[in-house]
Amino acid sequence: MLTLWFMIVAVMIAAYVLLDGFDLGAGAVHMFIARTNEERRSVIRAIGPVWDGNEVWLLAAGGTLYFAFPLLYASAFSGFYLPLTMVLWLIMLRGIGIEFRVHIDNSLWQGFFDVIFSISSILLAIFFGAALGNVVRGVPLNAEGYFFEPLWTNWRVGTENGILDWYTVLCGVIALVTLVVHGSLYLATKTEGELNTRTRKAASLLWPVQVLLTIISLIATLYVRPGILANYQTWPIGYLVPLLVAVSLLYLIFALRKQNDKGAFLASCGYIAGMLVGLVFAVYPMVLPASTDPRYSLTIYNTAAGAHGLTVGLVWWSIGVVIAIAYFVFIYRMFRGKVRFDAGGEHGY
Amino acid sequence: MDAALLIHRLQFAFTVTYHYLFPQLTMGLAPLIVLLKTLALRTGDQNYDKAARFWAKIFGINFVVGVVTGIPLEFQFGTNWSHFSRFAGGVIGQTLAMEGLFAFFLESTFLGLFLYGEKRLTPKQHWFAALMVSLGSWLSGYFIVATDAWMQHPVGYVHDVHGSVQLTSFWQLVLNPWALWQYAHNMSGAVITGTFVMSAVGAFYALEKKHVEQGRIFVRVGVVTGLIFSLLQLFPTGDESGRMVARHQPVTLAAMEALWNTQPGAPLVILGQPNPAEQKIDNPIVIPKMLSFLTWRQWAAEVKGLNSFPQEDWPPNVPLVYYSYHIMVGLGTVFIAVTALAALLLLGRKLYDARWMLWVLLLMFPFPYIANTAGWMTAEIGRQPWLVYGVMRTSEGYSKMVSAGNGWFTFLGFAGMYTILSALFLFLVLREIEHGPEPVGAGPTVPADASASLAEVR
Repeated sequence: MLTLWFMIVAVMIAAYVLLDGFDLGAGAVHMFIARTNEERRSVIRAIGPVWDGNEVWLLAAGGTLYFAFPLLYASAFSGFYLPLTMVLWLIMLRGIGIEFRVHIDNSLWQGFFDVIFSISSILLAIFFGAALGNVVRGVPLNAEGYFFEPLWTNWRVGTENGILDWYTVLCGVIALVTLVVHGSLYLATKTEGELNTRTRKAASLLWPVQVLLTIISLIATLYVRPGILANYQTWPIGYLVPLLVAVSLLYLIFALRKQNDKGAFLASCGYIAGMLVGLVFAVYPMVLPASTDPRYSLTIYNTAAGAHGLTVGLVWWSIGVVIAIAYFVFIYRMFRGKVRFDAGGEHGY
Repeated sequence: MDAALLIHRLQFAFTVTYHYLFPQLTMGLAPLIVLLKTLALRTGDQNYDKAARFWAKIFGINFVVGVVTGIPLEFQFGTNWSHFSRFAGGVIGQTLAMEGLFAFFLESTFLGLFLYGEKRLTPKQHWFAALMVSLGSWLSGYFIVATDAWMQHPVGYVHDVHGSVQLTSFWQLVLNPWALWQYAHNMSGAVITGTFVMSAVGAFYALEKKHVEQGRIFVRVGVVTGLIFSLLQLFPTGDESGRMVARHQPVTLAAMEALWNTQPGAPLVILGQPNPAEQKIDNPIVIPKMLSFLTWRQWAAEVKGLNSFPQEDWPPNVPLVYYSYHIMVGLGTVFIAVTALAALLLLGRKLYDARWMLWVLLLMFPFPYIANTAGWMTAEIGRQPWLVYGVMRTSEGYSKMVSAGNGWFTFLGFAGMYTILSALFLFLVLREIEHGPEPVGAGPTVPADASASLAEVR
């Protein structure tokens, strides 16, 4: 039961990263690949109808985490107090950047929100990566299962951890590069002409960086958490996951060369899913390792809610997620195809 | 109060109060937009369609601010109230997670369709999208009220061996009697905000003699629904909510009325200033025995005063609870009077010429916001010193690892952020109101560059 809920939360977080990831990535490259106002409008329109729904996965994943593993939620959220609050501010700025831009047809107004949208998207990608880095590296949990991390200490990986050190910054950079590629490929599927060419160019330029960083991160993770491969040794089937990552990366560049935008985007999804699954598989059943004393580590066993609640939750969660997926299939079909201003119409109001 | 506890409370109070300025209009306008769209479909009158489209614009701006200011609230359960989350997550995690899964997905999906998809949908499909947005926002409201209701009146739980609480009955949690009345009262309050904003904009157009046709629709729809919901706000929803407080939180009721001494045939205080030092009300204007009647339906019934309870269980700030409650009730009474008068004028076909009444309707729009805020303050400050009524004190619930300094940092950040948001919001909404609904005849079928070609013709 607990393992099931662990998987559910992991899948929801992965869904969030895959979905909101492309609109975050699109925001991060927005200023660089879309030059004219027309092109920037295309970028906004490509994500306009879906970004809010994508972001709901964060709330739904957060809510599910809260419900299934209350102590993990309480401990992680209060421990990451400062960066999470900053994430909130960035999410706010980004939301109004997307939605308020269209209201006034004035180049100063739109330029202002373009910058807000881009900067907040870039910083969010880095923050989320750094957050994952913290979960892998471990945090200074006390005996009650709580901790508090300052933003940075001495930038080293040790017991006096800050949110940011060389390892978590590395994770942040990987996340940014990955999501920029992801977002560019999504935009490639939604755009035409010069903008389309530039999205592909951005993705192919960054691809070697992505490969290099993937390898570096693997080595760095083995250095920071030497025992992290234990689960892979116990269940060798897990090695299929790194294989998926490698295959996805290779297929990504292959599809991009063939100008198969959809294939490349799917490959990027495969890569991200592989990286996350690989990570989750490695840490299970631990959810937040302690850098202080391994006995203080939070696992699915010492953080979960009561059995009755989890059983009941399984019923409504299954119903709810089926409905949610139906909505998503529906709305992505509704807004499928390339962004065009004549046929698709301007912002509906 | 401990410095850290103070700042955690202040930040939550600030962010939740600010947030709720937006959803109340979202939840209030959504059914009104559905109503306008229904009238458009039924009568074929283009004016209703234009009216609905105009309000959809305001709704869209309002919704965005509601969404972005709502996300911090879910986060703050973990960041600022981690001990509470650990303690109660096994129960209220249910309703909060359900809100995400059932309400937010519904709302965001159909909002995308509603705002971006009008040209891809038939009028009936577009109406359906509006209905679903409405349903999503109301569902979201229910899960939040159910969460709060559990904190007011905890049901369906048991203490586990680790000192936390765990769910024992899903249906007791979801169908908490407290939640049902609180929800009805709250949603009716939200509709009142929607109707007052609508009639204020209509009155503004009528006074300015601009967009006259739509302006009249706004006034008419606003006044009629406003009257219905102002009445529902008092009875049965307000009345039952009050009796719920009397039954389950008698000490809160005593604070709401600033009643220190237990007495039979207790009076209802209309005006007056609580004087905690002397335990009385200064300059009181009262209706004798009315409180006893309202609470227990008997003129002579005994109502317990604050002194019947240990002082550690009193709401720490009795005057604030008293004022919040009295402002809410006082304004609610004013709403009934104003809408009833406007409805009479409407019935006599004199409303659109009665400029004084239009002025009143215009100037009334901030007051439902104040009344709704005061109502929530009554509930939440009245619940103090408890975080979960009778089970966990507020001083036990906050994040002990987050220092006051860090709390102030984020609180000031939120204050700055919300100042910017307010300025942008007001700017955009006032601009839309200034621009007004499109005249009948101009529709979405007109190409975007129509003005350019017209200029060429000229």
